[in-house]
Amino acid sequence: MRKFTWAAIKKDLRKHWALYLMAVPLIAFFVVFAYMPMGGLLMAFENYKPNKGFFGSQFVGFQNFLDFFGSPFAYRTIRNTLVISLLQLVIEFPLTIIFALLINELALGKFRKTVQMLTYMPYFISMVVMAGIIVDFVKSTGVIGQFVGLFTGTPTNLLGDPKYWRPLYIGTNLWQGLGFGSIIYVAALSGIDPTLYEAAEIDGATRWKQTIHVTLPGISTTIIIMLILRIGSIMAVGQEKTILLYNPQVYETADIIASFIYRKGLLEFNYGYSTAVSLFNSVINFVLLVTTNQLSKKFSEASLF
Amino acid sequence: MVKNKTLGYRLFLAFDYLILTVFSVLCLLPVLHVAFASFSDPAWVMSKSGLILMPHGFNIDGYKQIFTNRSLMGSYGNTILYVFSSTAIGLLVTVLGAYPLAKKEVLFSNVLMLFISFTMLFNGGMIAFYIVVKNIGLLDTRWAVILPTCVSAFNLILVRTAMSTVPPALEESAMLDGAGPVRIMFQIVLPLIKATIATVILYYAVAHWNEWFNASIFLKDRSKFPLQLILQEILIANDNASNATQSGQLSGNADLYKQLMKYCTIMVATVPVLCFYPFIMKYFEKGVMIGSIKG
Repeated sequence: MRKFTWAAIKKDLRKHWALYLMAVPLIAFFVVFAYMPMGGLLMAFENYKPNKGFFGSQFVGFQNFLDFFGSPFAYRTIRNTLVISLLQLVIEFPLTIIFALLINELALGKFRKTVQMLTYMPYFISMVVMAGIIVDFVKSTGVIGQFVGLFTGTPTNLLGDPKYWRPLYIGTNLWQGLGFGSIIYVAALSGIDPTLYEAAEIDGATRWKQTIHVTLPGISTTIIIMLILRIGSIMAVGQEKTILLYNPQVYETADIIASFIYRKGLLEFNYGYSTAVSLFNSVINFVLLVTTNQLSKKFSEASLF
Repeated sequence: MVKNKTLGYRLFLAFDYLILTVFSVLCLLPVLHVAFASFSDPAWVMSKSGLILMPHGFNIDGYKQIFTNRSLMGSYGNTILYVFSSTAIGLLVTVLGAYPLAKKEVLFSNVLMLFISFTMLFNGGMIAFYIVVKNIGLLDTRWAVILPTCVSAFNLILVRTAMSTVPPALEESAMLDGAGPVRIMFQIVLPLIKATIATVILYYAVAHWNEWFNASIFLKDRSKFPLQLILQEILIANDNASNATQSGQLSGNADLYKQLMKYCTIMVATVPVLCFYPFIMKYFEKGVMIGSIKG
């Protein structure tokens, strides 16, 4: 056990001063760009005015929170955030694992390499370009816009209709992330001891049985850890894709907590109010992450921290 | 792998090959569509509604437009500057800081690690982040794009994990020769963890190349815009806001050219990354594996 007595600290500093000096820029970085913003959360309880600063602005207690929960935006943004997240959890999460399993069945060789290479590619397309391609494909004359038009009769711009937002969001996520997301599982699959398969085969297990009894247990830790991360960030849908693609016509299904914070804070300069929404969101995320982690520790021994 | 291939398993394999082929083709098609469209006759592209699987004609007018577009080329230069400086600063701070944190005998190494890991679980959110960057006077300077995201806790953990695998005996002999910790790290430890360093450089560089959001909230001055921000104007905001750089000279065919320009800009912004990602894939795979061990 480490002892943090004065004598021990003094001795440590004298012996390791050069090492501590090396860490100074790193610590300074996290103090300035991570901990100072956490201190800035004080704004959530203020009617923050930039010219008056953190300590000069009027303190309003929980007024900003009450304003948010009293507005119709609270229900809409929380619902949309949860729906998108849950769709990711029930669609993207299992499909990524299935995709990795499908790749794992391929013999090592050219075909497998090519599949991996091609399916990783969309991940390297930046979000802005991705959004540009989506805009182009789903307009009424675009490829996907026309395709959907075949079923509905009249091709329309899909980004102008709230009912297409969620399928588009999830579908394009899959296009961009399925291949790359599978890397971690493919890596875990390659780490399974091959003698386990040999033993199962001697026992007469079919490939399907082997998958159930050898493959899945072999990657269960990875699956659980990814699941904890997924559930822990259920309220943390990123804002970039939404901000790039949404418009007032589709706010009903598209507007999420993060994009709402962005509009209120950075476009309408309502700093205190948007910080309150942001703090609410961060706290929920933190609690979810810690809780799922503890639960998983209790039931499966796999945990993040 | 499996010797007794049953009929069911063979059927499954056929299905497996089929579905993976289809998904691979789906990943490739939109990119091919954009590539072919960028070289095709713009009037033909406008009149065509389906996927473009073959270029029609050969036309490099769009590219000519792009390479003479000052704001686009300027932003290309900005992005290169941002990627290089941000990656260099971030990497230096990461390796310098990771070294003491990897040493068990440093009394506060675990405390400091906790201090940094906590930021992965909880953060101040974008508004407070923006206000801090504003209050320290970085707003609308190039530093606002370079500094605030130059270090990532995840990459720090990757480097620290790799450093902790280096046997201490190697460092001790250098220490007896009177070398200081900075020198030992650069001359002995870093060469031993080259692969991890390569991985981290790539993670940083790709993230900075694609970086758009922070630049969009921190920068007002167009001459400092990175490529992605100009792309956003051309690809997405173009339909609403007038783009001063194109109107005028192209009045008659403005719409046609706008569309062509979009395809060409996508190509110019994406091809450099797509050209070299196959060569760096193995580093990404490695990074994911180290990351998964440590969690």
